[in-house]
Amino acid sequence: MKNIKEPFIHISRREHMPLWKSMLIRVGAVLVALILSAILISAAAPDSQGFFGFFGSLFKGAFGTERRIWQLLQNTFLLLGVAVALVVAFKMKFWNLGGNGQILMGCLMTAICMKYLGGKLPDPVVWLLMLVSSLLAGALWAGIPAIFKAFFNTNESLFTLMMNYIAVCLVKFFISASTETQTGTMPPLSDGALPTLGEGQMGTSLLTILIFAIVTLVIYAYLRFSKHGYEIALIGDSKNTARYAGINVKKVIIRTLILSGALCGLVGFVLTGAINHNVTSTMDGNMGFTGIMVAWMGKFDPLIMAGVSFFIIFLDRGMSTVCSDFRFTSEALSDIVVGLIYFFFIGCEFFIRYRVRFAGGKTKHTPSPEQDREATSKEPPLPEEGGEKEGN
Amino acid sequence: MDNAALELRHISKYFGSVAANKDIDLTLKKGEILALLGENGSGKTTLMNMISGIYYPDEGRIFVNGEEAVISSPQDAFRYKIGMVHQHFKLIDIFTAAQNIVLGTGSKGIAHINEEVKEIAEKYGFDIDPKKKIYDMSVSEKQTVEIVKVLYRGADILILDEPTAVLTPQETEKLFAVMRAMKADGKSIIIITHKLNEVMAISDRVAVLRKGEYIGCVDTAKTGPAALTEMMVGEKVTLNIARPAPKLDRPLLEIRDLTVNNDEGSRAIEHLSFFIRGGEILGVAGIAGCGQRELCETIAGLRKAESGAIYHEGESILGLSPRAITARGVAMSFIPEDRLGMGLAPSMSITDNMMLKNYQEHGYSRKEKAPDENSPENAEGKSFKDRADAFFDRHCPFVNRKRARAEAERVISELDIVTPSTETPVRRLSGGNVQKVLLGREILIEPNVLITAYPVRGLDINSSYLIYDILNRQKEAGTGILFIGEDLDVMLALCDKIMVLCHGKMMGVVHADKTSKEQLGLMMAGALDLEEEKGKPMGVAKDSRIGEEQA
Repeated sequence: MKNIKEPFIHISRREHMPLWKSMLIRVGAVLVALILSAILISAAAPDSQGFFGFFGSLFKGAFGTERRIWQLLQNTFLLLGVAVALVVAFKMKFWNLGGNGQILMGCLMTAICMKYLGGKLPDPVVWLLMLVSSLLAGALWAGIPAIFKAFFNTNESLFTLMMNYIAVCLVKFFISASTETQTGTMPPLSDGALPTLGEGQMGTSLLTILIFAIVTLVIYAYLRFSKHGYEIALIGDSKNTARYAGINVKKVIIRTLILSGALCGLVGFVLTGAINHNVTSTMDGNMGFTGIMVAWMGKFDPLIMAGVSFFIIFLDRGMSTVCSDFRFTSEALSDIVVGLIYFFFIGCEFFIRYRVRFAGGKTKHTPSPEQDREATSKEPPLPEEGGEKEGN
Repeated sequence: MDNAALELRHISKYFGSVAANKDIDLTLKKGEILALLGENGSGKTTLMNMISGIYYPDEGRIFVNGEEAVISSPQDAFRYKIGMVHQHFKLIDIFTAAQNIVLGTGSKGIAHINEEVKEIAEKYGFDIDPKKKIYDMSVSEKQTVEIVKVLYRGADILILDEPTAVLTPQETEKLFAVMRAMKADGKSIIIITHKLNEVMAISDRVAVLRKGEYIGCVDTAKTGPAALTEMMVGEKVTLNIARPAPKLDRPLLEIRDLTVNNDEGSRAIEHLSFFIRGGEILGVAGIAGCGQRELCETIAGLRKAESGAIYHEGESILGLSPRAITARGVAMSFIPEDRLGMGLAPSMSITDNMMLKNYQEHGYSRKEKAPDENSPENAEGKSFKDRADAFFDRHCPFVNRKRARAEAERVISELDIVTPSTETPVRRLSGGNVQKVLLGREILIEPNVLITAYPVRGLDINSSYLIYDILNRQKEAGTGILFIGEDLDVMLALCDKIMVLCHGKMMGVVHADKTSKEQLGLMMAGALDLEEEKGKPMGVAKDSRIGEEQA
C-alpha cells in the first residue's frame, strides 16, 4: 500500500436544516461565547466579582431599572430604524455605507430649524419643518451617490462612505459658526423640541419606539407586497432581467436611495428633535455601520432584524455596566467581549450551512454515516439540480 | 488490468442531499477514445472534475496506470498527466496563445515556447499561431489553444468537456481528426457530449451515466443511437420532431435593413432584412456571437438600432419601450449562456417570476386586454367601473401575488414542471424546468410573435421534445416564431425555414427540407453566401426576403 494522503478536513454543503436545529445552534453559540467572556472578564478584572458577577452586571446594565429598560428599547428601535433604512437599498444590492452621514444631515437640519425657528414660529410648524428638512437632507445625501451610480456607474460604497465625512465636517462647521463660546460643543436647544408622551425617560423613549415600530412595519410591507418592493428585489437579483421586464432601472435606483436616505434622516430628526436637543459630529453613534451588521445578521428581514437589533443593544448596554462594575478603565475589554460574541454568532452560520467531517484515521474508504444518508433521503426529492454547476 | 490508463472504483460525490455521482465505476483504456454520455445533470462534469482535481470524491478510489492516485488539486492531476479542457475556456484574453500555454509552468523564454507549440501542432495537425492574441481568435482557435495547453504540460489522459457545442460541423470534423491523431500517438481521451451522432463518429466505447449513476459501457461498433438513447433516458424515446405544415399567413414581424452595434460598439448586425409570418418557425443559424443576441434584444426593445426599421403588423416598433412592445404581443424568451441572466430572476420564486411582465397590473380588469395606451378615446367608451378598475390596476401600490400564483400553478401543471412548490427559487430548478418556466410565462401572454433563443440548451431529451411540442402548438395557433438555435439537426427537423447569419450579415434563407447540414455549415462559416449567388440555388426561400411583397 502506498502512502496516501487524504485532505484532513472534508467540507460539504448541507441542503437543508430544520429551523429548530439551526436556532439551537445559534443560541448555543451565543451561550458558549457568553461563558467564555465571563471567564475572560473574571480572570482579567482587577476587582473580580467572579464568574456569575459578570452575568449579573450584564443583565443589570440592560434591564436593571425602569429607565434602563426604556433606554434599551429606545436604542433598539433607533438602530432598527437605521437598519431598515439600509435594507431598502441593500435589497437592491446597492451598498449604502452612508448611514452615518445621512443621519447626521437629519440631525443638522433639525438643529438648524430648532435654533433659528424655534420659539419664533408655532411649535407644530417648527416640528413639520424639522421633519421635512431632515428627510430631504437625508434623501439628498443618499440621492447624490444614487444619481452618479445610475448614470455613471460609480462605486456606491466609496461614494456613500465619502459623503459621511462631508456630513461630519458640515456639522462641525455649523457648531463652530453658530456658537459664540468656541468650545466646539453646542448648548442644548430649548425651543422646538418634540413633545414627550409621558413622564421621564418613558416619555422620550415611547415616541421613538412608536415612530420606528411603524416605520419597520411599513417598510416590511413595502418590500414584501408592493410593486416598488418587487422592482427593488428584481434589480437586486438581476439588472438585465429588470431591464427586460421594462423597468427603468435608473429611476428605481434613485427613488429607492431617496427613500433609504430619508429614513436615515428621520433617525437624525428623532435623535436631535426628541432625544438630545442638540447636535454633535458623533451623534450618529456609528449606527450607520452597526445597522449594516443588523441588516445582514437579520437576513434583510425587518422582523428578524428587530431581534438582532435588540441583542446588539443589549450587549452594548450590558457591557458598559460590566466595565464600570469591574472597574475597567478602558473600553477595550468590552470591545473584545462584544467581538467574541459576534464572532461566535456569525461563525456558527458556517456550521448551519456546511457539514464538516474530519478524515477518519488511515482507511481511505470512509462511508458516510448511515443516518446521514437516511436523513437526506427523506427530504423532498430535489429536481436534478445541476450538480455540475455547483462550485464553479 | 495493465492496459487501463484510468480506473474509477465506487466513486460518489454528494452536494447536500443530492447525489451528483453515486458509486461509479469507469475504466479508460490506454489509447482509446471513450465517450461519456448522459443528459444534463447526470453528473458527467462532476465526475470529470474529480479526476482533474477540482472536486474531491466523497467515496471511492481512483487508479492511474494501475496505481492508486489521490487527486486533491489540479496540480495533482497534472502530476498524474491528466488534463482537462473545460467547456468554458480558461484563457487570458490579452495574452498570446503561447503565453497562455506556458502560464503557470515556469516559462523558459517565449521564443523557445513558440517552437515547442509549433512542434505539438504539427505532430497532431493543429492549426495554431502561437503569437496570436486570444481576443483575436475564433472560438475554435481558443479551443485549440486549450488543447495544446494540456498537451504541452504532458498530459496522457485528456478530458474534453462538450468540445463540439461551440463548433460548426466543419470545425467539429477538424477536431475529430486531431483527436484521432492523438489517439494514434497513444493518448487516452474522454469526450463528454450528449450528441449521439458525434459519439458514433469518434468514440471506441461509450459509457453512459443517468441521474448520477453508472448505467453501463458499450462498444460503439456494437450499438446505435436508439440503444444509447434508451440507456441515457431509461426508456424508449422516438427521435422524431414533428413539423406540421406551415399555414402561409401574412407577415407579422418585418425587419428592414437593420443595423445594430454590440456592447463594444462594433457592428453586430449589418443591413439585415427578413419577415416572420404567422404560423411558421423561422430558424436562425450561426456560430455563437454572430449577432443573434443583438438581434433579439433589438426586436424586444432592449437595444438601440443604428439604422433600419422593425414593423410589427405594419406599425413601427423601433424605439418603443420593452413594455410597450410586450403589450403589442411580441414575446421573447432569450436564454443566454448562463440561462438565468435575462428573462428570469434566479433568486425569486416561480410565482414572482410569473409576474415579471405584468406586475404593474393588479388584475382587477384582467378580462379585457390591458390597455397599452391610456388614450382618452379608449377611456371614453368604458363604464365608470371599468375606468376605476383600470385606474386601480395601474396605481394600486401592491402586487397581486394571488394571480401570479395561479398562473404559476397553471404553467407548472400544463408544462409538467418538476418543482417542490410555486415558491421555489428558479435557480434551484433543473435547467429543463427553468426553461419551461420561462417559455410558459411567455406563452401565457398569448403572443403573436415569439422570439426564442436556445430554448433547449442544456435540456434532456424528453424536455427538449416537450419544448418542440410547445413551439409547434404555438405555430399551429398562428404565432410567428423566430427560433435561434445551435443544433443544426434539430433546426433542420423543426424549422420551416432557416436563416443563416455570419458576422451579423445574412448569408441567405433556405427551406429546411431542401437544404443540408453541409450547406448550412458553409454558410455559417461565411464560405457560401446565397445573397451573392446569381440565379436560384438549391433551397432558397424567397418569401422570407423583403422585396417580393411589402406589408
